[in-house]
Amino acid sequence: MLVADPRTAAAWRRFRQEFTDAGPERRREMLRERANQSRTTDLHMIGRAGLGHVGGDMSVLDILTTLFFSVLRVDPEKPEWADRDRFVLSKGHTAGALYTTLAAAGFFADAELETFAGPLSALNGHPNRVKVPGVETNTGPLGHGLPVSVGMAVAAKLSGSSRHVYVVLGDGELQEGSNWEAAMTAGHRRLDNLTAIVDRNRLQQGARTEETNTLDPLDDKFRAFGWDVLEVDGHDHLSLYDAFTAPRGDRPTCVIANTVKGRGVSFMEDRVEWHHKVPSTEQIVTATAELAR
Amino acid sequence: MSAPVREVFDSRVAFAEELSALAREDERIVAVCNDSVGSSNLVQFQKEFPDRLINVGIAEQDMVGVGAGLALSGYIPFVCGASPFLTGRALEQIKADVAYSQSPVVLCGMSPGMAYGELGPTHHSIEDLSWLRAIAGLDVVVPADPAETRSAVRWAAHAARPVFLRVGRFKVPAVTGDRPFTFGAATTLRDGSDVTVVAAGTMVSRALEAAEEAAEQGVSVRVLNMSTIAPLDEDAIRRAMTETRGIVTAEEATTTGGLGAAVAAVVVTERAPVPMRLLGIHREFAPTGTTAFLLEHFGLTAGDIRLAAIGLARTDA
Ligand SMILES: Cc1ncc(C[n+]2csc(CCOP(=O)(O)OP(=O)(O)O)c2C)c(N)n1
Repeated sequence: MLVADPRTAAAWRRFRQEFTDAGPERRREMLRERANQSRTTDLHMIGRAGLGHVGGDMSVLDILTTLFFSVLRVDPEKPEWADRDRFVLSKGHTAGALYTTLAAAGFFADAELETFAGPLSALNGHPNRVKVPGVETNTGPLGHGLPVSVGMAVAAKLSGSSRHVYVVLGDGELQEGSNWEAAMTAGHRRLDNLTAIVDRNRLQQGARTEETNTLDPLDDKFRAFGWDVLEVDGHDHLSLYDAFTAPRGDRPTCVIANTVKGRGVSFMEDRVEWHHKVPSTEQIVTATAELAR
Repeated sequence: MSAPVREVFDSRVAFAEELSALAREDERIVAVCNDSVGSSNLVQFQKEFPDRLINVGIAEQDMVGVGAGLALSGYIPFVCGASPFLTGRALEQIKADVAYSQSPVVLCGMSPGMAYGELGPTHHSIEDLSWLRAIAGLDVVVPADPAETRSAVRWAAHAARPVFLRVGRFKVPAVTGDRPFTFGAATTLRDGSDVTVVAAGTMVSRALEAAEEAAEQGVSVRVLNMSTIAPLDEDAIRRAMTETRGIVTAEEATTTGGLGAAVAAVVVTERAPVPMRLLGIHREFAPTGTTAFLLEHFGLTAGDIRLAAIGLARTDA
């Protein structure tokens, strides 16, 4: 099991305090900068390892950054704290985005990222809770995160805890039937302590979602299963923040975050081939320059 | 000793070529997949037969059920998905809709074993042989190289019963030559008199290498390519028991129920069992690493097979 990096964790704590004290413009700027730093780190990590799911990583990083740097009640130095909020990355193939975010928050040292996918590394191509603090359950096969999150939300209710459960789902992932079984359970049990965030980039591995197996109208689907639905720009940090922290009704909330796969890197944006293509050294240089703007 | 560099091949290419060839000959041939057009090498098939590729999206249970429905309506579906998700996720559909219903579906487990290397245990398909061998009425086929894959695809299309085909991605040398796949029969790729190595899939070329090296140390090793795991060629095992003095099994799968367990079940029920070594993965989730690294980690190299074979030859001498 990796261990926390106290210096980075302290910086993360200062960031959270500054965010709390800041006005909207500053808040937006803080999260934008933080997310783009993670994008750059992730691109280099993938380039080094020669594998990764870069398109989905870029797509989900604003969501992960907003959660870990302004919303989740967690403590990188006490990853097992019982009343922490739970975060589950159901689209586990974007482990790279999660690792860079967890490292930036101090759950483990930045240097570990250099081992990503290397022999015996804790940082596997898909996240492993047995080895990586901050990972709540092992994902990789799609369609597992929502049922497990429902279990965590039910547990919070049973034990009278106020903790909240957040889970990020891919949109293609929603083609798995297990999601809809879990959505039904969550709606039936009125799990107001559960928020499912759909990374709605409209691409899956091989094609557009709507050309493969139609998901729209996604909002109506979740509503019909007993959920409240919010739809936001998944790259607008303040809209994400508002959706994640808005007062809850008496039912689970689905945040449909409209995103762009490959977001932030012009030649990757909305292009299906960047699902798991590995950028060349030159492409990483170009991407880094774009992200620094 | 450094092994000569040999050309190695991804069997998915031969798989896809043969499937398209079959589709040209017989319009009952269709493919069903789970957002895996690229990883199942079906891009060409899709171009040529857009209506005959049914991509259900990321939904393996649906995929196998849809395959069964097509089969029960007169089509010959090749249901293609990454092996871990096809077998693990849709296991009950495989049992009830395919095997128990005897619907003639060809289940194609792509990139099996630890072909997905660093993507980790969720993406490894090492349990598939144990799971599927436990299901009645399902043939389990593990070709060793592209040529055998090609001929197994052709056989499966006309088998008219439930078949699981493991289609390798990890590159292997050509080992079967011009011997076609023969359902239910082991092929002797090298004869020997001291010990028999029974291998499947990626392990076959390694077993042959091991036999060559063992010969230099005075141990004569027979190599059987057991490309049908279920039903097993029990006669070939019985011959190995009387004609050689021990059996090593080698598979890129769990030893708890795959090839090794199948062979052992024959061996222990004979009047004069022979000593065995089961090479494979024993109750351990893989650490992070490439396929080659993991094969070494789990003792599945030619050197490991040679040591096991020589060990058996010497214990019994
Ligand atoms: C059960 C299962 N089937 C197939 C896969 C292979 N796979 C990995 S990622 C992916 C596409 C996911 O698309 P989406 O959920 O939209 O994620 P994103 O586009 O954001 O990367 C697929 C099919 C898998 N990981 N699990």
